[in-house]
Amino acid sequence: MVNLNLLVTGVGGQGVVLAGDILADVALAAGCDVKKTDTLGMAQRGGSVVTHLRMAEEVASPLIKEGEADILLAFEKLEAARWAGYLRQGASAIVNNYAIPPLSVSLGAEAYPDDDKIKHILGHRAGDVLFVEGTKRSAELGNLKVLNVFMLGLLSMLTPFSPEVWQEIIGRHLPAGILEINLTAFERGRHEMIALLSAMPGEAGHSVEEHSDGCDCH
Amino acid sequence: MKKLLSGNEAIALGAYHAGVRVAAAYPGTPSTEILENLARYKDIHAEWSTNEKVAMEVGLGACYTGARALVSMKHVGLNVASDPFMAAATTGVRGGLVVVTADDPGIHSSQNEQDNRYYARLARVPLLESSDSQEAYELMTWAFSISEQFDTPVLVRTTTRISHAKAVVDITHNRESALPPAIFKKDTAKFVMLPAYARQRMPLAGEKLLRLAQFAETFPLNHITWGSRELGVVSSGIAFEYAREVLAGASFLKLGMTYPLPQGMIREFAAGVKQLVVIEELEPFLEEQIRAMGITVEGKRFIPGVGELNLDIISEAAVKAGWIEAAPRTEESHLLEELKTLPRRPPLLCPGCPHTGIFSVLSSLGIRRKDNGTPGLIISGDIGCYTLAAYSPLGAMDTCACMGAGIGQALGMEKAGVRDKIVAVIGDSTFLHSGITGLINAVYNKGGFVIIILDNRTTAMTGHQQHPATGFTAQGEAAQRVNIVELARSCGAGGVQEVAAFDLKALRSALKVALDSPELAVLVVRGDCAAITRSKAALCIDDDKCSSCDVCLTLGCAAIRKENGKLSIDISLCVGCTLCQQLCPHKAIGPALAREVGGG
Repeated sequence: MVNLNLLVTGVGGQGVVLAGDILADVALAAGCDVKKTDTLGMAQRGGSVVTHLRMAEEVASPLIKEGEADILLAFEKLEAARWAGYLRQGASAIVNNYAIPPLSVSLGAEAYPDDDKIKHILGHRAGDVLFVEGTKRSAELGNLKVLNVFMLGLLSMLTPFSPEVWQEIIGRHLPAGILEINLTAFERGRHEMIALLSAMPGEAGHSVEEHSDGCDCH
Repeated sequence: MKKLLSGNEAIALGAYHAGVRVAAAYPGTPSTEILENLARYKDIHAEWSTNEKVAMEVGLGACYTGARALVSMKHVGLNVASDPFMAAATTGVRGGLVVVTADDPGIHSSQNEQDNRYYARLARVPLLESSDSQEAYELMTWAFSISEQFDTPVLVRTTTRISHAKAVVDITHNRESALPPAIFKKDTAKFVMLPAYARQRMPLAGEKLLRLAQFAETFPLNHITWGSRELGVVSSGIAFEYAREVLAGASFLKLGMTYPLPQGMIREFAAGVKQLVVIEELEPFLEEQIRAMGITVEGKRFIPGVGELNLDIISEAAVKAGWIEAAPRTEESHLLEELKTLPRRPPLLCPGCPHTGIFSVLSSLGIRRKDNGTPGLIISGDIGCYTLAAYSPLGAMDTCACMGAGIGQALGMEKAGVRDKIVAVIGDSTFLHSGITGLINAVYNKGGFVIIILDNRTTAMTGHQQHPATGFTAQGEAAQRVNIVELARSCGAGGVQEVAAFDLKALRSALKVALDSPELAVLVVRGDCAAITRSKAALCIDDDKCSSCDVCLTLGCAAIRKENGKLSIDISLCVGCTLCQQLCPHKAIGPALAREVGGG
């Protein structure tokens, strides 16, 4: 039975909310009960955004309890570290290796944490902290806006949902004109994750195998 | 059919399936999407009204003809609409009238936190609350039928976490195709609230409440789930979802109707458990009513009465109160401390925002810059994206109370005798909502300050809704466009100037004329919202010419960055508004020659 608490985080404008919507619909298509809630305050653009997503046989609270998130999918490095307190011991963190310095950093009032500090903070809880080149890959694909779907491609390898369901739901959420490049980004994300997992010491590919049989919530 | 719907989408669909014929609202987080979704149905009338009071009156008029009507607003919107709301409670209805108030515990996007459940008691009308999208959907059919059965408006209270969270909804109904025609049947004693008639109507509210309390005893959305008899939990709304997770195994009385209360059911529940607790968000609305019944109950002694609840807050309170045992925790001593050292990321005006230029000019004025607590130039404001100009580095807003407040406040400060210059700032949608009366008042009472109307031709903050000066209705039809400049002139304001939002030189000189005028001056700053028209080419900084003087950073633009002492422009965010180019003393900013990567 699927029982997953996920956090998707980033900066307003990066496509966090849409990524969460796609993920939630994928879980629903697989027969899960799903609740999803975004916290974005007044941010149209530029503010901190966090989406809580819970899927199980039955979900009560849409918000995840601190210390109970299984997976963190972060589109920006600082926004990965910020939510570390929500992770359970041994959680997986997938972090786009990309910094968007807040204005206070540009103005010299505060300092952006370096990679070691971000990994250290996440390491208090996370079992795996995977830094990935999401923004770089999106640029290579020719459209920075495919970042969210590329990140979903990575994430999909840690979920039991079939790639066909993912592709169908992505198609439902995106206009035809940009669907192809997004599906390519999704595939690229999946391949990148396979490479990352098999490069990891110890139980290489463990997560993929564990979930590869596909199932629903019943 | 099962679908993921936000609470607001579910409310809209539920109302549509329940046969709503007229819907009216003014945008306001977290309520906006209710009307937005209803506006998609072309077989009903759904409108953005100029403000919540008008929306309530539109709904009331519609329901007098026998049609079902829905009015939706954020919590503070009901303050604006409270006059016709109280009147509706007095006259009663013909067709169902459902008023949705979307409260904002935690103040995600509001100026305060208030528990609008008290409005139900004040107006003596029934109050319904849902805990998720499924209930929000089902509740609407009930709300309309209760309204008609008891001849009263029904208040439906939702909160940010219900309205904006998505959950699975099993869509079971359909809209009935044949609705009765709208007919207004004259009934002076019911609809004309002259004192003689109003005196006859007032006692009816009390009688209705007694019948409603009876109804509440068997209302299916009030129900008891027996678990352990050690602890009984009374709850409603989103708090119920947190409570049933944290206090799993306890007995629950879940209330879908939270006013009037089913007293018999509550007594039965209280008698069946050893300890009774109420878990509710914001005020002790249920708790105090239950205590007034003579029942021993706990709640707000442990559960916070301010802010949004969540699983962690309720767990902590429940452990403290002894309702549950503390879970063993391995506390990392450093994590919380380390998290506090991370830089915050507050929301900003968007790159290319038409508000940035005028606030940059205001904040850089000599009289403004000698800020030692008394700025020399006072900027009174109100609610909108532009309130974000209060943050550093612009720091160009000194007050924000409620919609339209800045103009009245400016006059009040002036009449009190303050010697500083005063500028009142208001958005276009806000001006039409509640600024016009302030302007007329300022003209009438001989104000001598400056009013700046930020005309971006949309209601931006809530996600770009139409308003009377955009030329389009909520349902996308062309409409007569209100001319804000002519409107201000016709109110009697003498010096009305229109100026382009992205021309710093023009803004400076227009502002100088306005500030030098001894009479009331109105500046309409016109520029499209960047989130609607982001088509222009991005700019870049020429490293050879840039001296890192940081003048461009004073705009507070999210697209301009400084990393390792070097300034740069993020071309994925820049929309080429040219404000930084105009400010740069070294002419180091200009069009990017070749874009490094293609944007979407």
